[in-house]
Amino acid sequence: MKIRGRVWVLKDKDGKLISDIDTDMIFHNRYLAITDINEMGQYALDNLEGWEDFSRKAKKGDIIIAGENFGSGSSRQQAVDCFKALGIALIVAKSFGAIYKRNAINSALPIIEAKNIEEIDVVDGDEIEVDTETGLITNLKNGKKTYAKPFSSVQRDILEAGGLFEFAKKLEV
Amino acid sequence: MGKTVIEKIFEKHTKDDVKVGNIIWLEIDTRTARDFGGPNVVKRLYENYGEDVQVDDPKKTFFTFDTVAPAKTIPYANNQHFCRQFARKRGIKVFDVDSGIGSHIAIEKGLCWPGSTFVGTDSHLNILGCVGAFGQGMGDADIAFAFKTGKTWFEVPPTIKIVFKGKPYNFPVTAKDLTLFTLRHLGSKGALGRAIEFYGEVIDNMNLYERITLSSMVTEMGGIIGFITPNEEILEHFRKVKNNPDIQPVIADDDAEYEKVIEIDISNLKPQIACPPKPDNVKDVEEVEGIPVDSVFIGSCTNGRYEDIELAARIFKNFKVKEGVMVKVVPSTREVFGKLLRDGILDILYDAGVIVSNPGCGGCASGQIGMTGKGEVQISTSNRNFRGKQGDGDTYLASPVVAAVSAVTGKITDPVKFLKEKGVI
Repeated sequence: MKIRGRVWVLKDKDGKLISDIDTDMIFHNRYLAITDINEMGQYALDNLEGWEDFSRKAKKGDIIIAGENFGSGSSRQQAVDCFKALGIALIVAKSFGAIYKRNAINSALPIIEAKNIEEIDVVDGDEIEVDTETGLITNLKNGKKTYAKPFSSVQRDILEAGGLFEFAKKLEV
Repeated sequence: MGKTVIEKIFEKHTKDDVKVGNIIWLEIDTRTARDFGGPNVVKRLYENYGEDVQVDDPKKTFFTFDTVAPAKTIPYANNQHFCRQFARKRGIKVFDVDSGIGSHIAIEKGLCWPGSTFVGTDSHLNILGCVGAFGQGMGDADIAFAFKTGKTWFEVPPTIKIVFKGKPYNFPVTAKDLTLFTLRHLGSKGALGRAIEFYGEVIDNMNLYERITLSSMVTEMGGIIGFITPNEEILEHFRKVKNNPDIQPVIADDDAEYEKVIEIDISNLKPQIACPPKPDNVKDVEEVEGIPVDSVFIGSCTNGRYEDIELAARIFKNFKVKEGVMVKVVPSTREVFGKLLRDGILDILYDAGVIVSNPGCGGCASGQIGMTGKGEVQISTSNRNFRGKQGDGDTYLASPVVAAVSAVTGKITDPVKFLKEKGVI
């Protein structure tokens, strides 16, 4: 599968990729009573310094790039679903929190781990293409390439099925 | 080659090949949802399987309402009641808003046991590693799936072995200081996607409440779970509460394959404190002494046991809370609350000027009490101090002793120095 889209690079004021973006920065606990996925998008990243207006800037098909341990913290699915609601096509991070990774896979939100993402000198607004089978990431603006960890088999299967429940129906578990 | 604890537990709960990196289908002994996440679990079950949906095994399925306990807003009340109605119709037991923190109830009531598998919507369910069980927090899709099927997929993680060297700590240094010191050593990504096994003389000597504290912050180390081999006391508890004399611990083989072995020397362990805005921003308390403190929170799944609160009460027995400082104590469960009441600990807290609330999670999910205002400095015994997590103020994480001593002086205070000066130790 190839995913192509415009990127948002979650950097801090010093231009460094932000690590340890926890679930409260992605979807703050003050919104936890919300159970309708359609209401969740507007709050995405609104507790992350410098990115409070993300939901107003993001468009369907956009790609997010972040540092290490993206989605650490709580098990809240809303921290995945808020990006689904906005139509985010892919999250690229150097690494993910373990529960976040599961939640994203189960919700069929594509995520990919790219340890060396900085190599392709990507900035907001660039377009990148990601081959999820090989892990090849190309910055279409400058042609620079790097490799991510390809999708795992379970990730591919669940994604192709359209989420954990659809996948389970096929497996008859 | 021998097996690690997680590999042994998994082998008893799957037909698949348990090898690091493999995806396996895991049988789950106990599945829970809390008031946070729970409503979404029920909603997903309805969406995917219709309103008549039945769960795989109601006897293995529970609700534990602990985050907003009791509900303080109408949306939360609605969400909780939505779950209650679902549970009643299907014969699922609800540990309701009077019960306390789900992970602690799991231990007290024997919903988990050494070697068992347990999932729920609480990201700190890996606490159950403290009794040698596999516990795991998951999102609502995962938990809805586990309710329905009794299974979940899991990628077998590598294990890191952590061995503590040096003589065990003594009061006023506590298990929380050891825990924060470990986090300081590992950082927030030091165990990312890994299981941990903890060993060393200090571990062997730990009581249940101390084991809970250490295992509870494996989440903040990025870890999947932190196992501690149960001692006789813990095994006896489960044999009694489960009425099963055959409960045995799962012990790693001598030649188990670890990704790495980390030795941590705790010979000179001093009181530790995690400064805002991250749990791994840990320093010796003496490095940040003197910062004025507005409020103190003692409780949470990390430090809400009877013994944790009793440690704080040792300070409050001798010294009153400084005027202008708010001290909030939240016992982790109803059982803990009852013991504090019967032993007269609540009297001590009351006389010292402490606010005590009913059992639950406290402020960790904006649920009960413990929220801070902008600019407010709070010392909390909980496990996270991310920006905005416990309100708009600055949260420091520390032991109940550091928290209590700082409540007395009104500023961040090293308890060793303070208690020596006052002639208490």
